[in-house]
Amino acid sequence: MEAVHTLDGVPIARIPLDGRGHRATGWWGMMFFIITEGTLFAYLLFSYFYVGAQSPTWPPGGPPELTLAIVNTVILVVSSIPMRLGTLAIRRASRGALVAWAIVAALLGVAFLIIEATEWSRKPFRMSTGSYGSLYFTVTGFHFAHVVVGLLLILEIVWRALADRVSAARPLAVETVGAYWHLVGLVWLFVFFTIYVSPYLW
Amino acid sequence: MATATTERLTERLSDLWETPHTLRGVLGTVDHKTIGKRYLVTAFLLLIAGGIEALVMRVQLQVPNNHVLSPEGFNQAFTMHGTTMILWYALPILSGFSNYLFPLVLGARDMAFPRLNAFSYWTFLFSAIFLYTGYAVGLGPDAGWFAYAPLTELRYSPGANMDYYALGVIFLTISSTAGAVNFIATMFKMRAPGMSLGRLPLFVYGTVTASFSIIFALPALSVACAFLYLDRHFGTRFFDPGAGGQALLWQHLFWIFGHPWVYIIVLPALSFMSMVIPTFARRPIVGYAWNALAVVITGILGFGVWVHHMFATGIPPLALTFFGAASMAIVLPSAVSIFVWLATLWYGRPVLTTAMLFALGFIILFVIGGVSGVVTAAVPFDWSVTDTYFVVAHIHYVLIGINVFPVIAAFYYWFPKMTGRLLNEALGKWNFWVMFIGFNLGFFPMHISGLLGMPRRIYTYPAGLGWTAPNLITSIGAYLFAVGVLLFLVNVFWSLRRGAIAGNNPWDAASLEWATTSPPPAYNFAVIPTVGSREPLWEERLGLGRLSRIDEGPPLDSDRVTLQTSTLDGFPAAVQRMPEDTVMPFLTGLAILATFYGLVTTAWWLAIAGGVLTLAAIHAWLWPVRTIREV
Repeated sequence: MEAVHTLDGVPIARIPLDGRGHRATGWWGMMFFIITEGTLFAYLLFSYFYVGAQSPTWPPGGPPELTLAIVNTVILVVSSIPMRLGTLAIRRASRGALVAWAIVAALLGVAFLIIEATEWSRKPFRMSTGSYGSLYFTVTGFHFAHVVVGLLLILEIVWRALADRVSAARPLAVETVGAYWHLVGLVWLFVFFTIYVSPYLW
Repeated sequence: MATATTERLTERLSDLWETPHTLRGVLGTVDHKTIGKRYLVTAFLLLIAGGIEALVMRVQLQVPNNHVLSPEGFNQAFTMHGTTMILWYALPILSGFSNYLFPLVLGARDMAFPRLNAFSYWTFLFSAIFLYTGYAVGLGPDAGWFAYAPLTELRYSPGANMDYYALGVIFLTISSTAGAVNFIATMFKMRAPGMSLGRLPLFVYGTVTASFSIIFALPALSVACAFLYLDRHFGTRFFDPGAGGQALLWQHLFWIFGHPWVYIIVLPALSFMSMVIPTFARRPIVGYAWNALAVVITGILGFGVWVHHMFATGIPPLALTFFGAASMAIVLPSAVSIFVWLATLWYGRPVLTTAMLFALGFIILFVIGGVSGVVTAAVPFDWSVTDTYFVVAHIHYVLIGINVFPVIAAFYYWFPKMTGRLLNEALGKWNFWVMFIGFNLGFFPMHISGLLGMPRRIYTYPAGLGWTAPNLITSIGAYLFAVGVLLFLVNVFWSLRRGAIAGNNPWDAASLEWATTSPPPAYNFAVIPTVGSREPLWEERLGLGRLSRIDEGPPLDSDRVTLQTSTLDGFPAAVQRMPEDTVMPFLTGLAILATFYGLVTTAWWLAIAGGVLTLAAIHAWLWPVRTIREV
């Protein structure tokens, strides 16, 4: 009774359910969200350079101290590795390994936040001191908020893994959260270059 | 297909797709057609609100030395008018049409992200409520729609007026960004099989180009408004020249957003006209590829011209030259679009329906607005007319001419699809002529008052400067234009009950939305159509044979699913499962609204509570359903 429906000669039953990876609509959604977030940081850094270029001395107190920032950069960039390993783990259907790697990535993220907050408390200026302080704290603060969101997303992934709601057939949530976490690391490289490296090249 | 089988199929599909008529259904529906209609109604109400603000200003300005409004009341009126029209009306009304029509012209059952779509609508509605809360309690924004710092800083604007502006705008950008992502993903992934990019209806190009521009332009506005709010409440010094800040930083960020925004709110409307004009010229559009490319190129060039809003701010001559030239270059793709429409009319046999009259009116106003725009791209001329009524005339020719006229045309054209009834054509002709004459009577004299030196945004003026007559004529024209809008509303309410029954394809048009019933069923198409040309419903008369298959194809009735196709060529790629209705997008929007009320009243506990609730609602929204079959 049921006719066999075909599309371009392929029986409809053989067409896969949902797209995987780059074919999934969810992947596209996350990519464009990431692009617009990246653009947001581009405008923040534009503001930094615009105000800096118009100021007689920039940064007003001389180039910033680098040690903590370099340590932090390494931590955040390295944290992308366990995130990636977690994604690969769920594709192999290894839920336990996903949880373990996700927690490692999250702990590195928490370490980043603690060091960042330490650095903030050591600065001799505040966000109301002048335009440099405003830009420094707003740019790093926006990034800080993005790391916090990334941590919440990783927490969600762990929650789902423990509740048995991610699987090798449904890895998209892990993949998109991974993509977001890599964005947070990538954006930090631009922030690091702008705020910490560029004053030495000025 | 046998009738009994068809009936069983439509019954099954209705069970899968229809939203129940309960409160939960009303707040939880993810049907793009319902969401589209809500966008249209809400945006039109905002158009009326902005229109009333304009009329009050015209009453104030119709004679010299008038005192209907206080200076402060006038400031709020013009700021609310501009903000409402440009941000809260102009894009959402276009999103309404695109939301309703995207899946229909693409041959899909819904948007790529139906729940995100509902979320876009709720955040749009709530952000409008938020903005108008400020106005209702006497704290309406009052520093102009582009809110130049440092006038907006706490020292000069101590009330919460500009907080409603800064936060309301950030709130709206959440809605617009979510909508843009959805349109892009829908266009790339949800087309009917066979609909390669070269067979896309031109309708789609404008909205997708605008969506890309939103992705890249809106963050500039969010950053600017965030800086403003931080300056006002957290003591930062972004726009405070006394502490190393830069007032011009606001202007750069605002116009990096602002000029692309002009194209964001006109390109979709241009693309609507690329559907209306061929239908009533009774032939396929001439120069399909030229038109599509012109739209995309305009969107891209729109990012290179923002400084032409800042010619009078003392920037270096090299920048003046560069941005002046770039602004003139943008004439080229616009002219290509116009010649494409003219050629289509020239080679066609035009039928003068009301929709077509509005489309033709739009072409005329587009040319006038384009000419008054390109002359201001010349820096010396700009210096003499900047901040006068000449610029006010230009912006209204552009925004009413290229947004409102196409929108009314689109209503006349697609109203039958949405409601099953045609708008009245006789009343429609009156509607057009009253609006067209009223508009030109109202706005053309503004060029004159501008050239006579009348600055914009003054709340009154003395007699004897030569401004009296043009202002009186402008006010009369504005009233006439309002009568025209009223005629449109009368027509809508009359036709909803008494309009002629439309049938599937009242205009005998070529694109897929006319292949289904009016109004379409919840699942849009009983079977997934296959597309073989640019004009699927005109193939036989064009002598192309039968390339598309409209009434036969896979029914996809096993579950709530639609077909996903490959990005460029539209090959079937996957059967996409679609989410059920849920109230979570509504609740998320509500929680964000609470957050923003907390921020504007600096009740931090409310902001924090709202933020936590937002996270909880998003978590509940995205939590995966176990019942979905694993593959």
